[in-house]
Amino acid sequence: MTDTTSRIRAFIVENFLFGDDGALVDDQASLIDADLVNSTGILELVSFIEAEFGLSIADPEIVPENLDSVARLAAFVERKVAATAAADA
Amino acid sequence: MRLEDLLRRSALAHPDTVALVDGERRVTYGELEAASDSLAVSLFSHGVQRSDRVAVLMDNGVEPAIALFAILKAGAVAVPVNPALKAEGAAAILADCAPTLILTQDRLMPLCSRAQEAAGGVVPMLAVPAAPEEAAWKIALPPAGIDIDLAMAIYTSGSTGEPKGVMLTHRSMAAAADSIAAYLESRSDDVVLSALPLAFSYGLYQLLVTVQTGGRLVLEKSFAFPHQVLERAAAEGVTTLPLVPTIAALLLNLKDRPALPSLRTITNAGAALGEAQGAELRRMFPQARIFAMYGLTECARATYLDPRDLALRPTSVGRAIPNTEVYVVDAEGRRARPGATGELVVRGPHLMQGYWRRPEASAAVLKPGANPWERVLYTGDLFRADAEGYLHFVGRKDDMLKVRGEKVAPAQVEGAILGCPGVAQAVVVGVADPVLGTALHAIVVASDGQLAARDVLRHCARALPDHMVPRTVEFRAALPTTASGKVSRRAAATARSEVMR
Repeated sequence: MTDTTSRIRAFIVENFLFGDDGALVDDQASLIDADLVNSTGILELVSFIEAEFGLSIADPEIVPENLDSVARLAAFVERKVAATAAADA
Repeated sequence: MRLEDLLRRSALAHPDTVALVDGERRVTYGELEAASDSLAVSLFSHGVQRSDRVAVLMDNGVEPAIALFAILKAGAVAVPVNPALKAEGAAAILADCAPTLILTQDRLMPLCSRAQEAAGGVVPMLAVPAAPEEAAWKIALPPAGIDIDLAMAIYTSGSTGEPKGVMLTHRSMAAAADSIAAYLESRSDDVVLSALPLAFSYGLYQLLVTVQTGGRLVLEKSFAFPHQVLERAAAEGVTTLPLVPTIAALLLNLKDRPALPSLRTITNAGAALGEAQGAELRRMFPQARIFAMYGLTECARATYLDPRDLALRPTSVGRAIPNTEVYVVDAEGRRARPGATGELVVRGPHLMQGYWRRPEASAAVLKPGANPWERVLYTGDLFRADAEGYLHFVGRKDDMLKVRGEKVAPAQVEGAILGCPGVAQAVVVGVADPVLGTALHAIVVASDGQLAARDVLRHCARALPDHMVPRTVEFRAALPTTASGKVSRRAAATARSEVMR
C-alpha cells in the first residue's frame, strides 16, 4: 500500500466508518454504492485532500472518476501532486 | 382517475416521446407502458393478487419507475422503500406491511436479505431486469380496480421512530398531482431533473406530475457530484429543478457552475429554504421562478408560495395549493386569529386514508371536519398566518427534527445509542447547520469510562441510515431531568446552546 493510499484510507475509516476498517476491504469498490460516503461526505473528502496534500481541487474535478474509490482517490492525488510539482519546477 | 391511467394517456398520446432519462438510457412513454405491462404480468406469476403489498427497494432510475406502474397495473399496493435505510430500518417496514414480493436490483439483494432476516419473514425477491423486454403483442391485463383503492403505502417516521405506512388512494394521489401541476404550470416540454429518492413523497411526485403532463424526467441517483449533475442538466436542457435545502447548499457551494439557460422552475420542499439561500438562488438563476413549498407525506403537498411573493415574503411557505384549504387552529381546535401560533390543519381531496394497520395513530391526526362526511388532517406542525393568510412555519408540536430535509425522531436515535455497550443514558438534540439544516448532537452518560465518541458513532452508523447518525457526541456525568425525574430533551438542548455560546 502506498503512503497516499494509506493516508486516504485512514481518513475514510476514521471519519466515515468511525474506526471500523473491516467495512472498507476493497480499494477499487465504489464508496457511494457501498453507502460509505454520501453527498455531504464528498465535500468533507475534498476538504481533507486539499488540506492533507496541499492541493486545490476545482469543481469540475469533483467527479466519480476521481473520487469514488480509494484507488481512484489515490491515483487522482498522485496525478495532482505530480502536476503541481512539474508546474513549480 | 387511477395513477396508471396517467401513464396510459401519455403513452397513447405520444408513445415516442422520451419519458425517462437514466444515465445513457432513454425510455419513451410507449416503452414505459409496455415494460410496466409486462412486469405486471410477471407479478401475477409471482403470486401477487389485488390489494397485496409489493415493496420497491431500488436506487433512482428507470427500473423503480417501471416497478411502481407495474404494481399499480396489477391492482396491488406499492410500498416504496428508501435503499438508504439500513437493514433494520427496511426490516421494520417489511414487517409492518407484509409484502407478497420485493422488487429490487442486484446491488441491493444483500440488503434485502438482511432486512428480511431481521423482519423474520421471507418473501420472494425479484430483480427488475435492466433492459425490459418489449412485448410483441398488447398484453390484456385484468381490471386493476377503481380509484378509491389504495395505490401506495409510503412510510414515514413516527415521533418515537416507528415507521408508519401512509395509505394513499389512487384518487388522492391523482388529486395531489393535479394540484401540483396546476400551480407549477407544468408543461409537456418540461425537463425535470431529480436527485430526490422516488421513495420520498417529494421525489415520487416528480415522476407522477411528469408522467401526467407528458414531460421528461431525468433521474439522478444522488447529488454527491453536483458539478457533474449540473453538466448533465445543461446537456438535457433541464427546465425544472426540485431541491431540498441541503441540495441547494451543495449547488450554491459551487464556484464554477455550468449555466442552465433553459431553467424556468426551481422548487424547494422538505425543510424551509433559508432567507439567504432563497436570495442567492434568485441571483444565480434570475430567469427561474422559485417556489417555496411545504408538504408532508400524509397529503404530499399542502402549501406553496407564488414565486412573485418570494422577495416580499422570504420566510413564508405561502398558502394552500389549488383545490385544498389550510388553516391554523388553537389548542381547542378553533380557528386561530391571524398572527397567533397554532397547528396547521389541511383539508382537501389529497389526504391519506390513515396509517396502515394503526387505527389509533390515524384517528389522532385525521379528525372530523366542518362537514359531517369529511375528515381533516392535523399536521403536527405549528404555523402562524399573517393578516393576508400567508403561512410561516414556527416549529413542531413534538420533538421531530429535520436533517437534510428528512424527518428524524430523536427518540429513535437515542434508542440506537442506548444499544451501544458502555452507554448508560443518552439524549439527542438538534444543532443548526448551514448544509444539513439541523445536525444531530448526542449527549451521553457512559457506564464505561473507556467509551469514546467514535464507538458510539460506529454503533449508530451500523444501525441507522446516515442522516440519522449524530454528527457530534458529548459525554456528561448526568443528564438534566424534569421535576418528575424524566430526562429533559429541552433542558439538554438549552445546556448545549450555552456551551456553544
